[in-house]
Amino acid sequence: MAKTLYEKVWDDHIVVATKGEAPIIYVDRHLVHEVTSPQAFSGLQVAGRKMRAPEKTFATMDHNTSTTSASLDALSPMARIQVETLERNCKEFGVRLYDIHHKNQGIVHVMGPELGITLPGTVIVCGDSHTATHGAFGALAFGIGTSEVEHVMATQTLRQLKAKTMKIEVRGHVAEGITAKDIVLAIIGNIGMDGGTGYVVEFCGEAIEALTMEGRMTVCNMAIEMGAKAGMIAPDATTAAYLKGREFAPKGIHWDQAIAAWADLKTDTDATFDATVVLEASDIAPQLTWGTNPGQVVAIDQLVPNPSDESNSTARTSIEKALQYVDLRAGTLMTDVDINKVFIGSCTNSRIEDLRAAAEHAKGRKVAQGVTAIVVPGSGLVKEQAEAEGLDKIFLDAGFEWRLPGCSMCLAMNDDKLEAGDRCASTSNRNFEGRQGRGSRTHLVSPAMAAAAAIAGHFVDIRKPY
Amino acid sequence: MQPFIAHTGLAVIIDSANIDTDQIIPKQFLSKVTRDGFGIHLFHDWRYLDDAGHEPNPDFSLNKPRYKGASVLVSQENFGCGSSREHAPWALADFGLKAIIAPSFADIFYGNSINNGLLPVQLTEAEVAQLITEIEAQPGAEVNVDLQALTVTSPSGAVFSFQIAESARHNLLNGLDAIGLTLAQSDAIATYEANLPAWRV
Repeated sequence: MAKTLYEKVWDDHIVVATKGEAPIIYVDRHLVHEVTSPQAFSGLQVAGRKMRAPEKTFATMDHNTSTTSASLDALSPMARIQVETLERNCKEFGVRLYDIHHKNQGIVHVMGPELGITLPGTVIVCGDSHTATHGAFGALAFGIGTSEVEHVMATQTLRQLKAKTMKIEVRGHVAEGITAKDIVLAIIGNIGMDGGTGYVVEFCGEAIEALTMEGRMTVCNMAIEMGAKAGMIAPDATTAAYLKGREFAPKGIHWDQAIAAWADLKTDTDATFDATVVLEASDIAPQLTWGTNPGQVVAIDQLVPNPSDESNSTARTSIEKALQYVDLRAGTLMTDVDINKVFIGSCTNSRIEDLRAAAEHAKGRKVAQGVTAIVVPGSGLVKEQAEAEGLDKIFLDAGFEWRLPGCSMCLAMNDDKLEAGDRCASTSNRNFEGRQGRGSRTHLVSPAMAAAAAIAGHFVDIRKPY
Repeated sequence: MQPFIAHTGLAVIIDSANIDTDQIIPKQFLSKVTRDGFGIHLFHDWRYLDDAGHEPNPDFSLNKPRYKGASVLVSQENFGCGSSREHAPWALADFGLKAIIAPSFADIFYGNSINNGLLPVQLTEAEVAQLITEIEAQPGAEVNVDLQALTVTSPSGAVFSFQIAESARHNLLNGLDAIGLTLAQSDAIATYEANLPAWRV
């Protein structure tokens, strides 16, 4: 029977399928961080259980860590306890940990791929919704809760119901300056923030195939922002070229076997999806969110929407509430909106290519007066690479701050948070109310758009001189 | 896990769509290493006027005297979207809620709730609208949720049926420990592992 990519990976991972029960599927790689793991480890301790395969779990510290100091003293007392708890748990259970002093430390979804932990055709889970990122490699990757983290630790499996399948095809080629972030924001704007609920989405089409691995990760990262269980992209030569030689990627004969197995990881031509969405790449302009969810998105040359144009009453109320929260009037041109904060980072956009794109706009320019802009590389390795390329100097010369790796202002658990009334151009993934700080407003954009906004002090159409 | 069989309780309404887990439990409360004590921070930014959580917002439904002691929450579509933080169902349950009724739920939140014995009940938009109208009209209105019968009974006695995966229903009704059940399949897991291709080990 013809199968989709998702169905192939799913079928490959079924350990037990009993009628009337959720199938048990095998987990190849488990990623762990300090915030959603302590209660799972303590659950094992209380029950006197061991980890089934600690060597398949990789831990790092990212959510709560400081981006200004690698010292534990820089952490709040509770954050410090959480970080130390992870250290203790990893030691007790024999889990590999990249702590804040390790060069591999970084955002869990940046670290996994760059170390070759993420592989096509595997099942990867983590107690973090942006685990969808790893689907860029043709892995089935999804976020789980802490009870499930404990389940994976104890059994190396999960009980899961099969999702529906959706194909999102982006046909043709994007115009110059249009990035993966613009593509995925355009998709979310099209299907809505819950358009993917209940589905695993496969992204395909020429515009997706043309993306680098960094770009593909940005697209799959935000699959959760359309409500999807996971996003996947079929592996190809770009995927293999990225992975070859990375620390945990297969080597020698195992690499050859992997390449042979990955060749089949694509949707069969006559396979069918439960839903299909098609976008034309050439229609996509630079995107940004105006409201309080990632589906409330417009192109840079469009106006803030008017609630009275919305016929559905729940949607109309949502728009009205969002406009009130973000303090914008319907009909405003987004290029007229001033910002005072800029955040370049997060598991969506903190990889080397993202930093290069931002640096291109920062080079030889200055951050506008009254704007604070921070650049937070996704990992120690990204930071090292960026510094080798001189990107840190470009940012610093332009007046951006150059920080240590971590999740930082994406969720603002550490000191990197916005004040009430701040308006931020952010390369992260969620513009929810208060996400980056109570009473603050977040506009999601690409790294290039964020850097340009920092320079201009307001949003700009990067396709034109500014 | 405590079994969930049926529950009748005071119902409270939060009439907003797309309530994300950042609203349910904001990030500043995720630094704890235990599962308990999150209820006081539930919906913090909406529930309190100050950051310290000392000044309740009188306009927020959970703070209204008529909803004190509520154990059933009725809300709108896409409830629990966003972050996978299980702190969200921990906070809802710790606050005293037993069931959440909405036209739709985000996937991760839905699963997390079931794993904590908090029942997510999906009704149609029209049914949720009727529940809201009835609850608003009658202070003290109680709603019954019956997982055995798969029904919700409104304050006026209207009965709505709902669906849930049989496996989830079975686990909830019996308060089963999913890990214990899976550990009983250790042999099957070992067989699967023995057949893994070398590149995936």
